[in-house]
Amino acid sequence: MSSDTLSAFVAGAEDHHASVHRSAPDAVAGTVADLIDPPAVGVRLPDELDLPEGVATDPTPAELDAANTGISAARLAIADYGTVVLESDAAGSEAVSLFPERHVAVVRAGDVVPGMREAMAALGDRLRDGASEVLATGPSATADMGDLVIGAHGPRDVEIVLVEDRDE
Amino acid sequence: MSKPDSRAETAARIRHLLETEGDAVAENTRGFNRGRHEAVRELEDYEALKSEARAIKEDAIERLPELIDDLREAVEANGGRVYVADDAADANAYVREVVDGGTVVKSKSMTTEELELNEALEADGAAVTETDLGEWVLQLADEAPSHIVGPAIHKSREGIADLFAETFDLAGEDRPETAEELTRFARERLLRDIREADVGVTGANFLAADSGTMALVTSEGNARKTAVVPDTHVAVAGVEKVIPTVEDLAPFVELIGRSGTGQDITSYVSLLTPPVASPPVDFSDLESPIAASGTAAGDGATEAHPDREFHLVLVDNGRLAMREDDDLRETLYCIRCGACSNSCGNFQSVGGHAFGGETYSGGIATGWEAGVEGLDTAAEFNDLCTGCSRCVPACPVKIDIPWINTVVRDRINRGGDPGRFDPLVEGLTPDDETGGLDPSKRLFGNFDALAKLGSATAPLSNWGASLGPVRAAMDRWLGIAPERDLPTFERETLVDWFESRGGPRVSEGMARREAVVYPDTYTNHVAVDRGKAAVRTLEALGVRVHVPASTAVASGRAPLSQGMVETARGKAERCRNALLAEIDAGRDVVVIEPSDLAAFEREYERLLPEADATALADGCYEVLEYVYGLLENGADPAGLTAAGDSNATGGDDDNGDCDDRDIDDDRDRDDGDGITVAYHAHCQQRTLDLEAHTVAVLERLGYDVTTSETECCGMAGSFGYKSAYYELSMDVGEPLAEQFCDADRVLASGTSCCEQLDALLGPSTEGSTEHPIEAISPPEG
Repeated sequence: MSSDTLSAFVAGAEDHHASVHRSAPDAVAGTVADLIDPPAVGVRLPDELDLPEGVATDPTPAELDAANTGISAARLAIADYGTVVLESDAAGSEAVSLFPERHVAVVRAGDVVPGMREAMAALGDRLRDGASEVLATGPSATADMGDLVIGAHGPRDVEIVLVEDRDE
Repeated sequence: MSKPDSRAETAARIRHLLETEGDAVAENTRGFNRGRHEAVRELEDYEALKSEARAIKEDAIERLPELIDDLREAVEANGGRVYVADDAADANAYVREVVDGGTVVKSKSMTTEELELNEALEADGAAVTETDLGEWVLQLADEAPSHIVGPAIHKSREGIADLFAETFDLAGEDRPETAEELTRFARERLLRDIREADVGVTGANFLAADSGTMALVTSEGNARKTAVVPDTHVAVAGVEKVIPTVEDLAPFVELIGRSGTGQDITSYVSLLTPPVASPPVDFSDLESPIAASGTAAGDGATEAHPDREFHLVLVDNGRLAMREDDDLRETLYCIRCGACSNSCGNFQSVGGHAFGGETYSGGIATGWEAGVEGLDTAAEFNDLCTGCSRCVPACPVKIDIPWINTVVRDRINRGGDPGRFDPLVEGLTPDDETGGLDPSKRLFGNFDALAKLGSATAPLSNWGASLGPVRAAMDRWLGIAPERDLPTFERETLVDWFESRGGPRVSEGMARREAVVYPDTYTNHVAVDRGKAAVRTLEALGVRVHVPASTAVASGRAPLSQGMVETARGKAERCRNALLAEIDAGRDVVVIEPSDLAAFEREYERLLPEADATALADGCYEVLEYVYGLLENGADPAGLTAAGDSNATGGDDDNGDCDDRDIDDDRDRDDGDGITVAYHAHCQQRTLDLEAHTVAVLERLGYDVTTSETECCGMAGSFGYKSAYYELSMDVGEPLAEQFCDADRVLASGTSCCEQLDALLGPSTEGSTEHPIEAISPPEG
């Protein structure tokens, strides 16, 4: 992925009240650990990326309820909007990314696409195969109570860990 | 139908809403609208995206039955069920069976409002909770949405705080006050309901036929929880939401938030292909892991979770009949973004409780309510569309909303009560309408006949119309607002003046071009000076100008705005015959009144054969657009009046209602030639993208130009003349008055805009608002 696209992604995320933290693959656990407000729940990450110690994977509803941080992987990211694309899966990524006040999303630099059109093209066959995705941009928000409030039903705080291989 | 009694009732209802909800609605809708302007400016390919979105919808509605079959196949292949419901009762019966008296959480859905699903479920003893914060507020307050995107925008923060305190018996430290506290309170309260719900009900913004994927566009996250926490998900959507493929979602995702609230994208766009793979979250068993032990990100993502149940209820309820209706079909392209509401001057002032029907509100509501509920419901608010057309460029799928409103108005007119009041305006109304038409509409629709009579009998006609008893009778029988100054008819029309001074003054040999100044009804009979100024200006720029009597034919714009389509068609045909003859003779047609130009360029394609409409549109120019073109092509502006010329200073009017006048005065006089003109382009002129030409010409002649920020002055043709709407018209114009009251000189492109600005800016500026052509024309004589 070009460095222009990655810078655009960082800017897009910041425009939408999210922060991006760049990390090498073997440093992901450490980067994530710094972003956790415990207790944390999480979903095991793909591609042999590690979660830090102390994150409850396979969480129960009670753990989900108590968690201040949820950690999940993003399948894709969209540079124009700073969007992370979260997948609905059997591991419960949807609930983990939605209930806690802070969401930490881990996405690979190679999975950042420039715009919406590229994202939909990349997702088309996946959706036709039966997958479900959420294009998540920044924290949840509402203006229904007379003013803009960050954090309505979903997280208030979105931290994105951008995983860059050395050859990327 | 507006009869004398109901006119007073309408006025009273509007006044009440202006007082109680107007401020909150204005602040929110104007904020959304400003946001839209900014957000679409960032899109390089905005017009292309709109065209693409429109093309997808056209294709989808054309192939709708086939796409519904494809969608059914895709959803059933995933393990979900699809039910196509004929009407509200049918849809509700299906959902009632699924819910079976259980507990339900809902994410905002206008379609379920249309069905009155909550009431149907509650009749079975089901507990139903809205989880969208705005919808929840309305559920607690037992009120209807006032906006299709921001349902509770009419409520203030204080009002919501009081509502929560009262409903939940909260006092002291427990009582939430700030937006943050209110949101926190709602989040926690609603999470309890979501945790316990048996069924989650959502709408769907789009449904892709190829995959069975539904898109949910939200920012709060409640739709995600509603769809994913309970094991059963029911999605309810109108059949028109189906699009062919998931890739087709791209333009809509880029357009919907921008068009609606001015966000470039909402926080969440869920693309659910249900039944989804996520495990339901069972809060009745707090200690068992949600997912099977050892699963990782991406595992099982393309398989439905075995505990999940999904039902898609596709609602017809009149939509398939709308698809067969050539004029209402476009309504089905609507993506419910609310841009037409936010861009509408009248909506900004009163909101959807006045400008709306049983369910839908704003410009597009006429189409929805006519199709779903019937003409009677549409008739209750249809007159609030003034046809100003500011919603047209705002609509992301390019729906011609004013035309839908015109057609529905015509159908309402024709369903009227034959015979009533007809004798009152007989003789004045040589139109093609059926009996029973509202006399006020008949009068305004035939304004050209009235104007002819008014000029012929001036000054007696002007004197008679100004008498108190006459005005009272006009109010009582014709619904003409007694507060509004009536137009003053000129004895000598523009056509008469032109003929009496001996026809064209630029010789054929010397002429740069030949043009006809179109003597529209107002220019010919009322604003004659404006017409003379146009003639002088064009002649100064070397144009051989004609104003032949044969072209003094009404365009049909007036009857069109009253919904009198057949009358408009007859006038359009006569006007075409007159003007095409001039175009065929090699003359340009120069149009002064923007609403007439809009009729030629936007509406004649609906009234005339396509070739005629195109030829006329191609041969017509707005007067300042034409001046701009002449100057760009080398015409010498030396004969025109520039800002520095002595007769250009209209600057010493004391606009008494401007408190901060001194400060702005200093600022304005520091730059340029010291003449600040405030310019309000007519709404239809802006829709035709012609504002910039006027500004460019004025600046070239040395004026410092401030343009208006409002969408509309509130007058929109005849609207402000009507008793029922006079106060609303003035309220809509208020922000324009605030912006313009410091200007040395006020210019507006439309006759009715000039009248409205004079009324808004107060008695000291009476009669001082002019057309830009009057600011630049060479002096008389």
